[in-house]
Amino acid sequence: MSEDQRYGLARHAILPGPLALDGGGTLAPVEIAYETYGTLDARGSNAILICHALTGDQHVASAHPITGKPGWWTRMVGPGKPIDPARHFIVCANVIGSCMGSSGPASTDPATGEPFAMHFPVITIRDMVRAQAMLLDHLGVAVLKAVVGGSMGGMQALQWAASYPERVRAALVIASAARHSAQNIAFHEVGRQAIMADPHWRGGDYYGGRPAPAAGLAVARMAAHITYLSEAGLTEKFGRRLQARPDNQDGAKSFGFDADFQVESYLRHQGISFVDRFDANSYLYITRAMDYFDIAEEHGGLLAFAFRRTPTRFCLISFDTDWLYPTRESRMIVQALNAAGARASFVELSSPYGHDAFLLDMPEMNRVADGFLRANGA
Amino acid sequence: MTAALRPDLAIIAANVAPGSRALDIGCGDGALMVALRDERQVDARGLELDARDVSSAVARGLSVVQGDADTDLASYPDRSFDYAILSQTLQTTRRPDAVMAHLLRIGRHAFVSFPNFAYWRVRLSLLWGGRMPVTRSLPAAWYETPNIHHLSIDDFRAFVRERGIIVEGAWFLAGGSLTSAAAANVRADHAVFLLRTGSDEGDH
Repeated sequence: MSEDQRYGLARHAILPGPLALDGGGTLAPVEIAYETYGTLDARGSNAILICHALTGDQHVASAHPITGKPGWWTRMVGPGKPIDPARHFIVCANVIGSCMGSSGPASTDPATGEPFAMHFPVITIRDMVRAQAMLLDHLGVAVLKAVVGGSMGGMQALQWAASYPERVRAALVIASAARHSAQNIAFHEVGRQAIMADPHWRGGDYYGGRPAPAAGLAVARMAAHITYLSEAGLTEKFGRRLQARPDNQDGAKSFGFDADFQVESYLRHQGISFVDRFDANSYLYITRAMDYFDIAEEHGGLLAFAFRRTPTRFCLISFDTDWLYPTRESRMIVQALNAAGARASFVELSSPYGHDAFLLDMPEMNRVADGFLRANGA
Repeated sequence: MTAALRPDLAIIAANVAPGSRALDIGCGDGALMVALRDERQVDARGLELDARDVSSAVARGLSVVQGDADTDLASYPDRSFDYAILSQTLQTTRRPDAVMAHLLRIGRHAFVSFPNFAYWRVRLSLLWGGRMPVTRSLPAAWYETPNIHHLSIDDFRAFVRERGIIVEGAWFLAGGSLTSAAAANVRADHAVFLLRTGSDEGDH
Protein backbone atom coordinates (compact mmCIF):
# COMPACT_ATOMS: atom_id res chain seq x y z
CA MET A 1 0.00 0.00 0.00
CA SER A 2 2.98 2.31 0.59
CA GLU A 3 3.65 1.98 -3.16
CA ASP A 4 0.32 3.65 -3.85
CA GLN A 5 0.98 7.09 -5.28
CA ARG A 6 -2.21 8.38 -3.71
CA TYR A 7 -0.65 8.13 -0.26
CA GLY A 8 2.16 10.14 1.30
CA LEU A 9 3.41 13.68 1.74
CA ALA A 10 2.73 16.60 -0.60
CA ARG A 11 0.09 14.80 -2.67
CA HIS A 12 -2.08 16.49 -5.24
CA ALA A 13 -5.25 15.07 -6.77
CA ILE A 14 -7.20 16.43 -9.71
CA LEU A 15 -10.71 15.06 -9.31
CA PRO A 16 -13.08 15.37 -12.27
CA GLY A 17 -15.99 16.64 -10.24
CA PRO A 18 -18.24 18.40 -10.83
CA LEU A 19 -18.60 19.62 -7.27
CA ALA A 20 -22.06 21.15 -6.81
CA LEU A 21 -21.74 24.24 -4.63
CA ASP A 22 -24.12 25.77 -2.09
CA GLY A 23 -23.96 29.04 -4.04
CA GLY A 24 -25.52 27.35 -7.07
CA GLY A 25 -22.51 26.87 -9.34
CA THR A 26 -20.20 23.95 -9.83
CA LEU A 27 -16.48 23.43 -9.68
CA ALA A 28 -14.77 21.08 -12.16
CA PRO A 29 -12.18 19.81 -12.01
CA VAL A 30 -11.51 19.93 -8.27
CA GLU A 31 -7.87 20.13 -7.28
CA ILE A 32 -6.98 19.03 -3.77
CA ALA A 33 -3.55 19.20 -2.17
CA TYR A 34 -3.25 16.85 0.77
CA GLU A 35 -1.00 14.65 2.86
CA THR A 36 -1.47 11.23 4.37
CA TYR A 37 0.45 9.60 7.20
CA GLY A 38 0.28 5.99 8.28
CA THR A 39 -1.46 3.09 6.55
CA LEU A 40 -5.12 2.35 5.99
CA ASP A 41 -5.81 -0.98 7.70
CA ALA A 42 -7.38 -3.91 5.88
CA ARG A 43 -10.81 -3.17 7.29
CA GLY A 44 -10.52 0.51 6.41
CA SER A 45 -11.36 1.34 10.00
CA ASN A 46 -8.49 3.55 11.16
CA ALA A 47 -8.82 6.67 9.00
CA ILE A 48 -8.77 10.05 10.71
CA LEU A 49 -9.43 13.24 8.77
CA ILE A 50 -7.87 16.38 10.20
CA CYS A 51 -9.46 19.66 9.14
CA HIS A 52 -7.40 22.80 9.26
CA ALA A 53 -8.26 26.32 10.36
CA LEU A 54 -8.65 29.53 8.31
CA THR A 55 -5.01 30.04 7.39
CA GLY A 56 -3.92 26.45 7.96
CA ASP A 57 -2.90 23.90 5.38
CA GLN A 58 -2.34 20.22 4.71
CA HIS A 59 1.08 20.22 6.40
CA VAL A 60 -0.30 19.12 9.76
CA ALA A 61 2.77 17.11 10.72
CA SER A 62 5.33 17.91 8.05
CA ALA A 63 7.46 21.00 7.42
CA HIS A 64 5.79 23.92 5.66
CA PRO A 65 7.26 24.27 2.16
CA ILE A 66 7.55 28.08 2.35
CA THR A 67 8.34 28.82 5.97
CA GLY A 68 10.19 25.58 6.74
CA LYS A 69 8.42 25.50 10.12
CA PRO A 70 7.30 22.12 11.50
CA GLY A 71 3.71 21.00 10.91
CA TRP A 72 1.06 23.11 12.59
CA TRP A 73 -0.27 20.36 14.89
CA THR A 74 2.71 18.19 15.78
CA ARG A 75 1.58 18.37 19.39
CA MET A 76 -1.53 16.35 18.46
CA VAL A 77 -0.31 14.37 15.46
CA GLY A 78 2.77 12.18 15.41
CA PRO A 79 4.47 9.21 17.05
CA GLY A 80 3.12 8.70 20.57
CA LYS A 81 0.52 11.45 20.11
CA PRO A 82 -3.28 11.02 20.29
CA ILE A 83 -3.32 10.84 16.49
CA ASP A 84 -0.48 8.51 15.62
CA PRO A 85 0.62 7.31 12.16
CA ALA A 86 1.59 4.01 13.77
CA ARG A 87 -2.09 3.36 14.54
CA HIS A 88 -4.04 5.66 12.25
CA PHE A 89 -4.34 6.46 8.59
CA ILE A 90 -4.26 10.26 8.78
CA VAL A 91 -5.50 12.54 6.03
CA CYS A 92 -5.22 16.32 5.98
CA ALA A 93 -6.32 18.27 2.91
CA ASN A 94 -6.03 21.92 2.01
CA VAL A 95 -9.59 23.33 1.88
CA ILE A 96 -10.94 24.52 -1.44
CA GLY A 97 -10.72 28.30 -1.66
CA SER A 98 -7.29 28.21 -0.07
CA CYS A 99 -3.90 28.77 -1.69
CA MET A 100 -1.72 25.79 -0.82
CA GLY A 101 -2.52 23.71 -3.90
CA SER A 102 -6.27 23.11 -3.71
CA SER A 103 -8.67 24.87 -6.07
CA GLY A 104 -8.93 28.52 -5.11
CA PRO A 105 -8.97 32.03 -6.55
CA ALA A 106 -5.32 31.74 -7.61
CA SER A 107 -6.05 28.54 -9.60
CA THR A 108 -6.43 28.66 -13.35
CA ASP A 109 -9.99 29.04 -14.60
CA PRO A 110 -10.33 26.34 -17.28
CA ALA A 111 -12.82 28.59 -19.11
CA THR A 112 -10.32 31.40 -19.65
CA GLY A 113 -6.90 29.97 -18.97
CA GLU A 114 -6.39 32.87 -16.53
CA PRO A 115 -6.45 32.80 -12.72
CA PHE A 116 -9.99 32.73 -11.35
CA ALA A 117 -9.39 35.71 -9.06
CA MET A 118 -12.86 36.97 -8.08
CA HIS A 119 -14.49 34.72 -10.67
CA PHE A 120 -13.86 31.82 -8.31
CA PRO A 121 -17.26 30.79 -6.92
CA VAL A 122 -18.06 31.78 -3.34
CA ILE A 123 -17.85 28.58 -1.32
CA THR A 124 -19.14 27.40 2.05
CA ILE A 125 -17.88 25.17 4.83
CA ARG A 126 -20.21 22.49 3.48
CA ASP A 127 -18.62 22.83 0.03
CA MET A 128 -15.20 22.31 1.62
CA VAL A 129 -16.53 19.16 3.27
CA ARG A 130 -18.06 17.89 0.03
CA ALA A 131 -14.67 18.27 -1.64
CA GLN A 132 -13.04 16.34 1.22
CA ALA A 133 -15.62 13.58 0.79
CA MET A 134 -14.66 13.36 -2.89
CA LEU A 135 -11.02 13.08 -1.88
CA LEU A 136 -11.81 10.28 0.59
CA ASP A 137 -13.66 8.43 -2.19
CA HIS A 138 -10.51 8.81 -4.28
CA LEU A 139 -8.39 7.48 -1.41
CA GLY A 140 -10.67 4.50 -0.82
CA VAL A 141 -11.77 5.67 2.63
CA ALA A 142 -15.44 4.80 3.11
CA VAL A 143 -15.76 5.53 6.82
CA LEU A 144 -13.82 7.84 9.12
CA LYS A 145 -12.83 6.60 12.52
CA ALA A 146 -12.82 10.28 13.41
CA VAL A 147 -12.88 13.74 11.96
CA VAL A 148 -10.89 16.20 14.02
CA GLY A 149 -10.47 19.95 13.85
CA GLY A 150 -9.97 23.17 15.77
CA SER A 151 -11.55 26.54 14.97
CA MET A 152 -12.69 26.42 11.30
CA GLY A 153 -11.50 22.81 11.34
CA GLY A 154 -14.04 22.14 14.07
CA MET A 155 -16.76 23.67 11.90
CA GLN A 156 -15.85 21.22 9.16
CA ALA A 157 -15.90 18.34 11.66
CA LEU A 158 -19.42 19.34 12.75
CA GLN A 159 -20.50 19.71 9.13
CA TRP A 160 -19.06 16.28 8.34
CA ALA A 161 -21.18 14.75 11.10
CA ALA A 162 -24.27 16.63 9.91
CA SER A 163 -23.78 15.90 6.20
CA TYR A 164 -22.38 12.35 6.31
CA PRO A 165 -23.43 10.81 9.64
CA GLU A 166 -22.90 7.27 8.35
CA ARG A 167 -19.33 8.07 7.32
CA VAL A 168 -18.23 9.56 10.65
CA ARG A 169 -17.77 7.38 13.73
CA ALA A 170 -16.53 10.24 15.92
CA ALA A 171 -16.12 14.00 15.71
CA LEU A 172 -13.63 15.93 17.84
CA VAL A 173 -14.44 19.63 17.73
CA ILE A 174 -12.04 22.01 19.47
CA ALA A 175 -12.41 25.74 20.10
CA SER A 176 -15.15 26.03 17.53
CA ALA A 177 -18.79 26.95 16.94
CA ALA A 178 -21.84 25.82 14.99
CA ARG A 179 -22.32 29.28 13.50
CA HIS A 180 -20.53 32.56 13.13
CA SER A 181 -21.70 35.25 15.54
CA ALA A 182 -22.18 38.92 14.66
CA GLN A 183 -18.86 39.65 16.35
CA ASN A 184 -17.10 36.93 14.34
CA ILE A 185 -18.52 38.34 11.11
CA ALA A 186 -17.61 41.87 12.16
CA PHE A 187 -13.93 41.05 12.67
CA HIS A 188 -13.81 39.25 9.34
CA GLU A 189 -15.37 42.22 7.60
CA VAL A 190 -12.61 44.46 8.99
CA GLY A 191 -10.06 42.10 7.46
CA ARG A 192 -11.78 41.95 4.10
CA GLN A 193 -12.16 45.72 3.92
CA ALA A 194 -8.47 46.15 4.74
CA ILE A 195 -7.59 43.92 1.77
CA MET A 196 -10.05 45.59 -0.59
CA ALA A 197 -8.86 49.06 0.45
CA ASP A 198 -5.32 48.21 -0.63
CA PRO A 199 -4.81 49.78 -4.10
CA HIS A 200 -2.86 46.69 -5.15
CA TRP A 201 -5.96 44.54 -4.69
CA ARG A 202 -7.46 45.82 -8.01
CA GLY A 203 -10.73 43.94 -7.65
CA GLY A 204 -8.78 40.77 -6.96
CA ASP A 205 -6.90 40.95 -10.27
CA TYR A 206 -3.29 41.09 -9.09
CA TYR A 207 -1.89 37.74 -10.25
CA GLY A 208 0.76 37.36 -12.95
CA GLY A 209 3.61 39.32 -11.42
CA ARG A 210 1.73 42.37 -10.18
CA PRO A 211 2.28 43.44 -6.57
CA ALA A 212 -0.13 41.69 -4.22
CA PRO A 213 -2.24 43.65 -1.69
CA ALA A 214 0.28 42.82 1.01
CA ALA A 215 -0.39 45.85 3.20
CA GLY A 216 -4.12 45.13 3.31
CA LEU A 217 -3.63 41.44 3.99
CA ALA A 218 -1.12 42.22 6.75
CA VAL A 219 -3.64 44.52 8.47
CA ALA A 220 -6.31 41.83 8.13
CA ARG A 221 -3.96 39.35 9.79
CA MET A 222 -3.06 41.79 12.56
CA ALA A 223 -6.72 42.40 13.43
CA ALA A 224 -7.49 38.67 13.32
CA HIS A 225 -4.43 37.78 15.37
CA ILE A 226 -5.71 39.89 18.27
CA THR A 227 -8.83 37.74 18.34
CA TYR A 228 -6.72 34.58 18.65
CA LEU A 229 -5.14 35.76 21.91
CA SER A 230 -6.57 36.66 25.29
CA GLU A 231 -6.16 40.05 26.91
CA ALA A 232 -4.39 38.38 29.83
CA GLY A 233 -2.09 36.57 27.40
CA LEU A 234 -1.19 39.81 25.62
CA THR A 235 -0.61 41.55 28.93
CA GLU A 236 1.59 38.74 30.18
CA LYS A 237 3.59 38.59 26.97
CA PHE A 238 3.97 42.32 26.26
CA GLY A 239 2.34 44.49 28.90
CA ARG A 240 3.17 48.10 28.07
CA ARG A 241 6.80 47.24 27.46
CA LEU A 242 8.64 49.20 24.80
CA GLN A 243 10.46 47.69 21.87
CA ALA A 244 14.26 47.63 22.12
CA ARG A 245 16.04 49.98 19.68
CA PRO A 246 19.59 49.96 18.32
CA ASP A 247 20.38 53.02 20.47
CA ASN A 248 18.35 52.05 23.52
CA GLN A 249 17.97 48.50 24.82
CA ASP A 250 15.01 49.45 26.96
CA GLY A 251 13.19 51.18 24.12
CA ALA A 252 11.77 54.66 24.16
CA LYS A 253 8.68 56.50 23.06
CA SER A 254 9.45 57.96 19.64
CA PHE A 255 6.74 60.61 19.81
CA GLY A 256 5.98 59.38 16.34
CA PHE A 257 4.32 56.34 14.87
CA ASP A 258 7.02 53.72 14.91
CA ALA A 259 6.25 50.45 16.63
CA ASP A 260 7.19 51.79 20.05
CA PHE A 261 5.40 49.07 21.99
CA GLN A 262 6.43 45.45 21.82
CA VAL A 263 2.86 44.45 21.05
CA GLU A 264 2.87 46.70 17.98
CA SER A 265 6.13 45.23 16.77
CA TYR A 266 4.79 41.73 17.33
CA LEU A 267 1.59 42.36 15.39
CA ARG A 268 3.48 43.99 12.51
CA HIS A 269 5.71 40.94 12.35
CA GLN A 270 2.67 38.64 12.34
CA GLY A 271 1.15 40.65 9.50
CA ILE A 272 4.31 40.85 7.37
CA SER A 273 5.27 37.19 7.73
CA PHE A 274 1.71 36.12 6.88
CA VAL A 275 1.68 37.76 3.44
CA ASP A 276 4.62 35.61 2.36
CA ARG A 277 2.57 32.47 2.72
CA PHE A 278 -1.04 33.42 2.06
CA ASP A 279 -3.09 34.77 -0.83
CA ALA A 280 -5.31 37.79 -0.12
CA ASN A 281 -8.16 36.56 -2.30
CA SER A 282 -8.15 33.21 -0.50
CA TYR A 283 -8.48 35.15 2.75
CA LEU A 284 -11.60 36.82 1.35
CA TYR A 285 -13.16 33.54 0.22
CA ILE A 286 -12.45 31.53 3.34
CA THR A 287 -13.58 34.23 5.77
CA ARG A 288 -16.77 34.48 3.71
CA ALA A 289 -17.31 30.73 3.98
CA MET A 290 -16.94 30.95 7.76
CA ASP A 291 -19.35 33.89 8.00
CA TYR A 292 -21.99 31.96 6.06
CA PHE A 293 -21.59 28.99 8.41
CA ASP A 294 -24.69 28.20 10.50
CA ILE A 295 -25.52 24.49 10.68
CA ALA A 296 -28.90 25.14 12.32
CA GLU A 297 -30.00 27.30 9.38
CA GLU A 298 -30.39 24.34 7.06
CA HIS A 299 -32.40 22.51 9.75
CA GLY A 300 -35.18 25.00 10.42
CA GLY A 301 -33.06 26.94 12.89
CA LEU A 302 -32.86 24.01 15.32
CA LEU A 303 -29.34 22.69 15.73
CA ALA A 304 -30.60 19.49 17.37
CA PHE A 305 -32.29 18.54 14.09
CA ALA A 306 -28.90 18.52 12.37
CA PHE A 307 -27.88 15.63 14.59
CA ARG A 308 -31.14 13.75 15.02
CA ARG A 309 -30.52 10.00 15.33
CA THR A 310 -26.85 10.57 14.68
CA PRO A 311 -24.63 7.50 15.16
CA THR A 312 -21.56 9.73 15.59
CA ARG A 313 -19.84 10.17 18.94
CA PHE A 314 -18.90 13.77 19.68
CA CYS A 315 -16.31 15.41 21.87
CA LEU A 316 -16.15 19.18 22.22
CA ILE A 317 -13.39 21.10 23.92
CA SER A 318 -13.39 24.82 24.63
CA PHE A 319 -10.93 27.12 26.38
CA ASP A 320 -11.91 29.47 29.16
CA THR A 321 -10.04 32.47 27.71
CA ASP A 322 -11.19 31.95 24.10
CA TRP A 323 -13.41 34.93 23.31
CA LEU A 324 -13.48 34.25 19.56
CA TYR A 325 -15.40 30.98 19.93
CA PRO A 326 -16.27 31.12 23.62
CA THR A 327 -17.41 28.21 25.77
CA ARG A 328 -21.06 29.17 25.40
CA GLU A 329 -20.86 28.30 21.68
CA SER A 330 -19.61 24.79 22.49
CA ARG A 331 -22.20 24.47 25.23
CA MET A 332 -24.93 25.37 22.75
CA ILE A 333 -23.76 22.53 20.50
CA VAL A 334 -23.67 20.13 23.46
CA GLN A 335 -27.22 21.05 24.44
CA ALA A 336 -28.34 20.34 20.88
CA LEU A 337 -26.50 17.01 20.94
CA ASN A 338 -28.13 16.13 24.28
CA ALA A 339 -31.52 17.00 22.88
CA ALA A 340 -30.75 14.80 19.87
CA GLY A 341 -29.74 11.94 22.17
CA ALA A 342 -26.21 11.89 20.76
CA ARG A 343 -23.26 10.45 22.62
CA ALA A 344 -21.46 13.66 23.49
CA SER A 345 -18.62 14.75 25.70
CA PHE A 346 -17.65 18.31 26.49
CA VAL A 347 -15.05 19.96 28.66
CA GLU A 348 -13.90 23.53 29.08
CA LEU A 349 -10.16 23.55 29.66
CA SER A 350 -8.22 26.31 31.33
CA SER A 351 -5.52 28.13 29.41
CA PRO A 352 -4.22 31.69 29.48
CA TYR A 353 -3.70 31.73 25.72
CA GLY A 354 -7.18 32.33 24.29
CA HIS A 355 -8.32 30.80 21.02
CA ASP A 356 -4.80 29.79 19.99
CA ALA A 357 -4.63 27.36 22.93
CA PHE A 358 -5.73 24.48 20.71
CA LEU A 359 -2.47 24.77 18.76
CA LEU A 360 -0.28 24.94 21.85
CA ASP A 361 1.09 22.41 24.30
CA MET A 362 -2.02 21.38 26.26
CA PRO A 363 -1.50 18.03 28.02
CA GLU A 364 -5.09 18.00 29.26
CA MET A 365 -6.42 18.48 25.71
CA ASN A 366 -4.26 15.57 24.52
CA ARG A 367 -5.45 13.40 27.43
CA VAL A 368 -9.08 14.04 26.51
CA ALA A 369 -8.47 13.61 22.77
CA ASP A 370 -6.56 10.36 23.28
CA GLY A 371 -9.25 8.84 25.50
CA PHE A 372 -12.01 9.95 23.16
CA LEU A 373 -10.29 8.54 20.08
CA ARG A 374 -9.42 5.25 21.81
CA ALA A 375 -12.98 4.65 23.05
CA ASN A 376 -14.65 1.71 21.31
CA GLY A 377 -11.42 0.20 20.10
CA ALA A 378 -8.12 1.15 18.36
CA MET B 1 -14.62 -3.89 39.83
CA THR B 2 -17.93 -3.31 41.57
CA ALA B 3 -16.26 -4.31 44.81
CA ALA B 4 -14.06 -1.25 44.59
CA LEU B 5 -17.03 1.05 44.08
CA ARG B 6 -18.27 3.33 46.82
CA PRO B 7 -21.01 1.37 48.65
CA ASP B 8 -23.92 3.49 47.39
CA LEU B 9 -22.60 3.20 43.82
CA ALA B 10 -22.25 -0.57 44.17
CA ILE B 11 -25.92 -0.77 45.16
CA ILE B 12 -26.92 1.32 42.15
CA ALA B 13 -24.71 -0.71 39.79
CA ALA B 14 -26.22 -3.96 41.05
CA ASN B 15 -29.77 -2.75 40.51
CA VAL B 16 -29.61 -1.15 37.06
CA ALA B 17 -31.14 -3.36 34.37
CA PRO B 18 -28.53 -4.74 31.94
CA GLY B 19 -28.50 -3.12 28.51
CA SER B 20 -30.39 -0.03 29.65
CA ARG B 21 -29.57 3.67 29.15
CA ALA B 22 -28.41 5.70 32.14
CA LEU B 23 -27.50 9.32 32.82
CA ASP B 24 -25.16 9.77 35.78
CA ILE B 25 -25.55 13.32 37.09
CA GLY B 26 -22.51 14.32 39.08
CA CYS B 27 -20.60 11.35 37.71
CA GLY B 28 -17.17 12.38 39.03
CA ASP B 29 -14.42 10.60 37.15
CA GLY B 30 -16.90 8.02 35.86
CA ALA B 31 -16.32 5.12 38.29
CA LEU B 32 -19.98 4.09 38.27
CA MET B 33 -20.27 4.59 34.51
CA VAL B 34 -17.34 2.25 33.90
CA ALA B 35 -18.95 -0.42 36.07
CA LEU B 36 -22.29 0.01 34.32
CA ARG B 37 -20.67 -0.13 30.89
CA ASP B 38 -18.32 -3.04 31.53
CA GLU B 39 -20.49 -5.24 33.76
CA ARG B 40 -24.04 -4.47 32.72
CA GLN B 41 -23.61 -3.30 29.10
CA VAL B 42 -25.33 -0.04 29.96
CA ASP B 43 -25.22 2.90 27.54
CA ALA B 44 -24.11 5.40 30.16
CA ARG B 45 -23.73 9.17 29.81
CA GLY B 46 -22.49 11.57 32.45
CA LEU B 47 -22.73 15.16 33.64
CA GLU B 48 -20.03 16.56 35.91
CA LEU B 49 -19.12 20.03 37.11
CA ASP B 50 -15.39 19.57 37.71
CA ALA B 51 -13.24 19.90 34.57
CA ARG B 52 -10.50 17.54 35.79
CA ASP B 53 -13.04 14.83 36.58
CA VAL B 54 -14.62 15.33 33.15
CA SER B 55 -11.23 15.01 31.47
CA SER B 56 -10.51 11.83 33.42
CA ALA B 57 -13.88 10.37 32.48
CA VAL B 58 -13.50 11.22 28.78
CA ALA B 59 -9.97 9.84 28.88
CA ARG B 60 -11.56 6.54 30.04
CA GLY B 61 -13.66 6.53 26.89
CA LEU B 62 -16.85 7.72 28.56
CA SER B 63 -19.35 10.26 27.20
CA VAL B 64 -19.36 12.97 29.83
CA VAL B 65 -20.44 16.58 29.52
CA GLN B 66 -19.11 19.31 31.77
CA GLY B 67 -22.11 21.01 33.29
CA ASP B 68 -24.08 21.90 36.37
CA ALA B 69 -27.04 19.87 37.64
CA ASP B 70 -28.70 23.14 38.65
CA THR B 71 -28.61 24.67 35.18
CA ASP B 72 -27.81 22.11 32.49
CA LEU B 73 -30.47 19.41 32.82
CA ALA B 74 -33.09 21.29 30.82
CA SER B 75 -31.64 20.25 27.44
CA TYR B 76 -32.19 16.53 28.11
CA PRO B 77 -35.52 15.38 26.65
CA ASP B 78 -38.25 13.74 28.71
CA ARG B 79 -37.83 9.98 29.23
CA SER B 80 -34.57 9.97 27.27
CA PHE B 81 -32.95 7.55 29.75
CA ASP B 82 -34.09 4.44 31.58
CA TYR B 83 -32.29 5.69 34.68
CA ALA B 84 -31.24 9.12 35.87
CA ILE B 85 -28.72 8.75 38.67
CA LEU B 86 -27.84 11.37 41.27
CA SER B 87 -25.34 10.02 43.77
CA GLN B 88 -24.30 12.18 46.73
CA THR B 89 -25.01 15.31 44.72
CA LEU B 90 -28.55 16.29 45.76
CA GLN B 91 -27.35 18.00 48.94
CA THR B 92 -24.87 20.11 46.95
CA THR B 93 -27.39 21.62 44.53
CA ARG B 94 -28.91 25.07 44.91
CA ARG B 95 -32.42 23.83 44.15
CA PRO B 96 -32.71 20.14 45.08
CA ASP B 97 -36.45 20.17 44.35
CA ALA B 98 -35.91 21.42 40.78
CA VAL B 99 -33.09 18.93 40.21
CA MET B 100 -35.35 16.13 41.47
CA ALA B 101 -38.07 17.22 39.05
CA HIS B 102 -35.59 17.04 36.15
CA LEU B 103 -34.33 13.67 37.32
CA LEU B 104 -37.81 12.16 37.29
CA ARG B 105 -38.57 13.83 33.95
CA ILE B 106 -35.41 12.64 32.14
CA GLY B 107 -35.32 9.13 33.56
CA ARG B 108 -38.08 6.53 33.63
CA HIS B 109 -36.50 5.64 36.96
CA ALA B 110 -34.25 7.67 39.22
CA PHE B 111 -31.57 6.58 41.67
CA VAL B 112 -30.80 9.10 44.41
CA SER B 113 -28.20 8.60 47.12
CA PHE B 114 -27.34 11.06 49.86
CA PRO B 115 -25.70 11.28 53.28
CA ASN B 116 -28.21 11.18 56.15
CA PHE B 117 -27.93 14.25 58.36
CA ALA B 118 -30.01 12.56 61.08
CA TYR B 119 -27.46 9.74 61.53
CA TRP B 120 -26.86 9.22 65.24
CA ARG B 121 -23.21 10.32 65.17
CA VAL B 122 -24.25 13.53 63.46
CA ARG B 123 -26.95 14.07 66.06
CA LEU B 124 -24.53 13.48 68.90
CA SER B 125 -22.00 15.84 67.45
CA LEU B 126 -24.54 18.63 67.27
CA LEU B 127 -26.35 17.75 70.51
CA TRP B 128 -23.35 17.24 72.80
CA GLY B 129 -20.60 19.06 70.96
CA GLY B 130 -22.73 21.98 69.87
CA ARG B 131 -20.71 22.03 66.67
CA MET B 132 -21.61 21.29 63.05
CA PRO B 133 -20.69 17.63 62.62
CA VAL B 134 -17.53 16.48 60.90
CA THR B 135 -17.89 12.72 60.41
CA ARG B 136 -16.68 10.10 57.96
CA SER B 137 -19.63 10.69 55.67
CA LEU B 138 -19.66 14.46 56.24
CA PRO B 139 -15.93 15.08 56.33
CA ALA B 140 -15.72 18.81 55.63
CA ALA B 141 -16.02 21.70 58.07
CA TRP B 142 -19.03 23.99 57.75
CA TYR B 143 -17.11 26.65 55.80
CA GLU B 144 -15.72 24.34 53.14
CA THR B 145 -18.39 21.69 52.71
CA PRO B 146 -20.00 21.45 49.28
CA ASN B 147 -23.18 20.33 51.06
CA ILE B 148 -25.54 23.28 51.19
CA HIS B 149 -28.88 21.49 51.60
CA HIS B 150 -28.54 18.92 54.37
CA LEU B 151 -31.36 16.44 54.62
CA SER B 152 -32.33 13.37 56.60
CA ILE B 153 -33.83 10.12 55.37
CA ASP B 154 -37.17 11.12 56.89
CA ASP B 155 -36.97 14.51 55.15
CA PHE B 156 -36.52 12.69 51.85
CA ARG B 157 -39.33 10.24 52.59
CA ALA B 158 -41.65 13.18 53.26
CA PHE B 159 -40.45 14.94 50.12
CA VAL B 160 -41.30 12.03 47.82
CA ARG B 161 -44.58 11.34 49.61
CA GLU B 162 -45.75 14.94 49.21
CA ARG B 163 -45.01 14.80 45.48
CA GLY B 164 -46.60 11.42 44.84
CA ILE B 165 -43.25 9.98 43.79
CA ILE B 166 -43.21 6.19 43.91
CA VAL B 167 -40.42 4.51 45.85
CA GLU B 168 -39.44 1.34 43.98
CA GLY B 169 -36.54 0.48 46.22
CA ALA B 170 -34.59 1.79 49.19
CA TRP B 171 -31.25 0.77 50.65
CA PHE B 172 -29.69 2.06 53.85
CA LEU B 173 -26.00 1.99 54.70
CA ALA B 174 -24.15 2.20 57.99
CA GLY B 175 -20.38 2.16 57.77
CA GLY B 176 -20.56 0.76 54.27
CA SER B 177 -22.87 -2.16 55.15
CA LEU B 178 -26.59 -2.54 54.55
CA THR B 179 -28.82 -1.87 57.51
CA SER B 180 -32.56 -2.29 57.93
CA ALA B 181 -35.16 0.27 56.97
CA ALA B 182 -36.42 0.31 60.53
CA ALA B 183 -34.87 3.25 62.38
CA ALA B 184 -32.75 3.97 59.30
CA ASN B 185 -33.17 7.67 59.96
CA VAL B 186 -31.03 7.19 63.08
CA ARG B 187 -28.89 4.20 62.20
CA ALA B 188 -27.95 4.81 58.53
CA ASP B 189 -25.28 7.26 57.40
CA HIS B 190 -26.30 6.94 53.75
CA ALA B 191 -29.45 6.12 51.81
CA VAL B 192 -30.11 5.03 48.23
CA PHE B 193 -33.59 5.37 46.75
CA LEU B 194 -34.94 4.03 43.47
CA LEU B 195 -37.86 6.19 42.37
CA ARG B 196 -40.24 6.82 39.58
CA THR B 197 -42.75 9.51 38.98
CA GLY B 198 -46.30 8.67 40.00
CA SER B 199 -47.94 10.56 37.16
CA ASP B 200 -47.65 8.07 34.32
CA GLU B 201 -48.23 4.47 35.18
CA GLY B 202 -46.99 1.53 33.22
CA ASP B 203 -44.81 3.14 30.58
CA HIS B 204 -41.91 0.91 31.38
